[in-house]
Amino acid sequence: MEGDGGSEIKQWCLSQVKGAIDDDVTEADIISAVEFNHSGELLATGDRGGRIVIFQQEQESKTLAHSRGEYNVYSTFQSHEPEFDYLKSLEIEEKINKIRWLPQKNAAHFLLSTNDKTIKLWKISERDKRPEGYNLKEEDGRYKDPTSVTTLRVPVFQPMDLMVEASPRRVYANAHTYHINSISVNSDNETYLSADDLRINLWHLDFTDRSFNIVDIKPTNMEELTEVITASEFHPLQCNTFVYGSSKGSVRLCDMRAAALCDQHSKLFEEPEDPSARSFFSEIISSVSDVKFSHSGRYMMTRDYLTIKIWDLNMESQPVETYQVHEYLRSKLCSLYENDCIFDKFECCWSHDDSEVMTGSYNNFFRMFGRDGQAGVTLEASWESSSPRCPLRPWRVCAGSRRKEDEIGVDCLDFSRKILHTSWHPQDGIIAMATVNNLYIFQEKLN
Amino acid sequence: MRGRAGNSVEAEMAGAEGEDSLYPIAVLIDELRNEDVQLRLNSIKKLSTIALALGVERTRTELIPFLTDTIYDEDEVLLALAEQLGNFTMLVGGPEYVHCLLPPLESLATVEETVVRDKAVESLRKISQEHSPVDLEVHFEPLVKRLASGDWFTSRTSACGLFSVCYPRVSNTVKAEIRQHFRTLCSDETPMVRRAAASKLGEFAKVLELDYVKSDIIPLFTALASDEQDSVRLLAVEACVSIATLLPQEDLETLVMSTLRQAAEDKSWRVRYMVADKFSELQKAVGPEITKNDLVPAFQNLLKDCEAEVRAAAANKVKEFCENLPEDSRETLIMSHVLPCVKELVSDTNQHVKSALASVIMGLSTILGKDNTVEHLLPLFLVQLKDECPEVRLNIISNLDCVNEVIGIRQLSQSLLPAIVELAEDAKWRVRLAIIEYMPLLAGQLGVEFFDEKLNSLCMAWLVDHVYAIREAATCNLMKLVEKFGAEWAQNTIVPKVLGMSNDPNYLHRMTTLFCIKALSEACGQEITTKHMLPVVLKMSNDQVANVRFNVAKCLQKIGPVIDSNALQAEVKPVLEKLATDQDMDVKYFAQEAISGIFSLPLFRVFLLDFTFTLNFVPMMSRNEYRF
Repeated sequence: MEGDGGSEIKQWCLSQVKGAIDDDVTEADIISAVEFNHSGELLATGDRGGRIVIFQQEQESKTLAHSRGEYNVYSTFQSHEPEFDYLKSLEIEEKINKIRWLPQKNAAHFLLSTNDKTIKLWKISERDKRPEGYNLKEEDGRYKDPTSVTTLRVPVFQPMDLMVEASPRRVYANAHTYHINSISVNSDNETYLSADDLRINLWHLDFTDRSFNIVDIKPTNMEELTEVITASEFHPLQCNTFVYGSSKGSVRLCDMRAAALCDQHSKLFEEPEDPSARSFFSEIISSVSDVKFSHSGRYMMTRDYLTIKIWDLNMESQPVETYQVHEYLRSKLCSLYENDCIFDKFECCWSHDDSEVMTGSYNNFFRMFGRDGQAGVTLEASWESSSPRCPLRPWRVCAGSRRKEDEIGVDCLDFSRKILHTSWHPQDGIIAMATVNNLYIFQEKLN
Repeated sequence: MRGRAGNSVEAEMAGAEGEDSLYPIAVLIDELRNEDVQLRLNSIKKLSTIALALGVERTRTELIPFLTDTIYDEDEVLLALAEQLGNFTMLVGGPEYVHCLLPPLESLATVEETVVRDKAVESLRKISQEHSPVDLEVHFEPLVKRLASGDWFTSRTSACGLFSVCYPRVSNTVKAEIRQHFRTLCSDETPMVRRAAASKLGEFAKVLELDYVKSDIIPLFTALASDEQDSVRLLAVEACVSIATLLPQEDLETLVMSTLRQAAEDKSWRVRYMVADKFSELQKAVGPEITKNDLVPAFQNLLKDCEAEVRAAAANKVKEFCENLPEDSRETLIMSHVLPCVKELVSDTNQHVKSALASVIMGLSTILGKDNTVEHLLPLFLVQLKDECPEVRLNIISNLDCVNEVIGIRQLSQSLLPAIVELAEDAKWRVRLAIIEYMPLLAGQLGVEFFDEKLNSLCMAWLVDHVYAIREAATCNLMKLVEKFGAEWAQNTIVPKVLGMSNDPNYLHRMTTLFCIKALSEACGQEITTKHMLPVVLKMSNDQVANVRFNVAKCLQKIGPVIDSNALQAEVKPVLEKLATDQDMDVKYFAQEAISGIFSLPLFRVFLLDFTFTLNFVPMMSRNEYRF
């Protein structure tokens, strides 16, 4: 009924906040990855402590008209442990860099998680039966007198409380010299890629002992290094196509049909630099921090420090849309460089119908842009200033000192509170994002 | 009342005599759910023992239902279970009851682990043969349908492998249903299922009636061969081989060839690679006429492909392809069409391509005969022998025998030798190592005369290489050469040089003498060993370097069995005794090892009488005793 509701501004309500709500944050609790699975029923988060927490959407309330099911903890497990590389004398952090779900293949769910070096395949499965009955001992473990065994007893499965198990199925190790920044599952359902600073490897999900290097941009002489790979993703429909973004702001599209080694790209998406806007920071802020294909596979979105760009795969020369995420920071680049914030890697995501895009910013703000031309809206992830079921109040950031109620000065922004990791429900108006150690879930307001 | 009394007596009796027999089975059953995977696995592997003890009825009603629910287990346990169930028919009561095995196998056929699923399908295929035609339709075919229409693609992929086994044995109506299910799976939304269907297409085509092959399989084949996913298309190439074999020659052109041509020019290199890889099979399947007209140009294109992987796969097939060309036009086709491409590949930019070519190119000489070989192939061999990549050179050298047969050794040697010498002196020791390993083979191909003339000095030079691995390999090489050329040759050519090294100022070279003697003694035989080698070894027991001395002991232990017993008693024993009192600990140890090694059982008693035991010696003796 609200078919042309695109022109109407959508309203978002805070649905849930997960995680401890105090200011004392331990490093290990900082969330480093957020990802919905393909049905949206499960939501996974990874943190710097190497843990993965999976939330499941309540089924019952899905039928209720005015709310969607809440997400409750489904399974928690330790995915990665800190390690030490003795050959290189390097500590390998347990921090989860990325989580990617596999398309569902049977009743169990599978996800890939990666830290800097090692990718793991996890199976999350339910068990609601357990075998009972021993021949030689009682159910409580006491041993029977062996002479009292006169008949054989076959154990019988009995119902039990639902138990969710996470078991490691594969470990894909020793293929990356540099830090892994991306993993992406191919639409052929049997391969995936993993990208580090200089190389992209292709794996078969069933084989852990071999992977193929498909992109290698390492120069023979490392002093000539000018560019690194920052993000990479497979096309959602064409199994032969993948892209990778670079620290110079360009995105290369490769066709795996053309050659086994994809060092030669088939398309290069790059916007010509505006010479007048050139500064010391130009290259840093143009670095691609995330690249995401639209669900349709027609478009591709890139996030750099200040903007979101949307590219039509058929046009390499310039993006079809550009959204300013926080242009007001352009004058602040110097101090952002000094406090290292300029190197923050913001993710971005598409709405389930590709009509909107979202990305995070500082001060726990996040930005949503409708693609039909409406201006973006700035919302805040804050449990203090929003109440459940009430639409979020949009903010405006202004440079001047005079402020209205819904305005905030650039100087008042808190740069330690930032939203880097975001994910959009693949079928529904639900978004999830990580502030430092909290997971926020928002829902589109239903009328 | 009587019945009850009877039962209890029976039970008592079973208990009395069953204690020993029940207990191990009870343990096995309990361990089916042990926490230790290894124990569970062990129990699963003895499932037939459990089933035998339970009897057919309890196996059907209790054990099988339990196993059906066990799919939570580790892959290796599930894999073993899936395999066991394939051989379980007699244990559930024979073919009449074989359908009881379907539920556990059905759940195993849906697990995510490919190996387990494949094993479950294999077992299902096996037991399908044990179903009566009626049971097949009542029990088996519904299972196939359930799998084929399952929610998850794991079950649908498993279904693909089951159609071909039930199709020949069911009624026409059910056959039509099966064909319909297969059609549906060929256009499944997930590529996993389409891949499974494509990989079973050829197998399914084989059991279909020819008319249905034409009306059903060909459209499916065409569709899969133009699937959007190249991983599906490449599997269609494999199916192409079986389908082409089934069709009469006159239908091939219209039904298969356009698809095959399209695959050979596919945009994706992986598909072209598959065509190259299956080229010999395709060639046989389509027959000589189509080969001449279609496959020869296609093969030329694959040899010139822009992707190195494809060129390498095609290069690998050069010999087989040429061999299988129709005899009447073979030479002309090779000379005019294949050879020009081969010439280009010899200087390919990719070393895998060159290496693949080098592994088969020599085979062309037998096909083309002496004159063509000398004129056209020899220059190519030479280029490859001088290739910068050692693997290419080695592939050429290891296939020399077929050229040798065609053009003779003299002609070959003149061009060959410089390249071999070059490899033998390569700065990289791994290259040298690789060529050493080919020496015995080469020696066999070239003959003793040529070897003595050209290669012997090389082999001796390796003995004093500065890398131990090379010296070791050179030693081993000498042994193989002696095995090939015989003891007499050894005595005349090798042994003097080896023994000469015992006076080398470098102790490493002196040790090489010992290593060589160790390796050669057996091949040289008793006479040479005792007469020529032993004196040198014994003399070396006075060497000033302890490493040499204990290697003397080790060497004596090794060659002991070859030396005649008089020499052993008269010469070897005193030397070892002396070494056993050496001031160096290691020398002492190895001397004692040697003494107990050589003079074990047959001489043991003599030994006891002859020796006064030192404290040192007692443990040696007791160590020996374990050997009896």
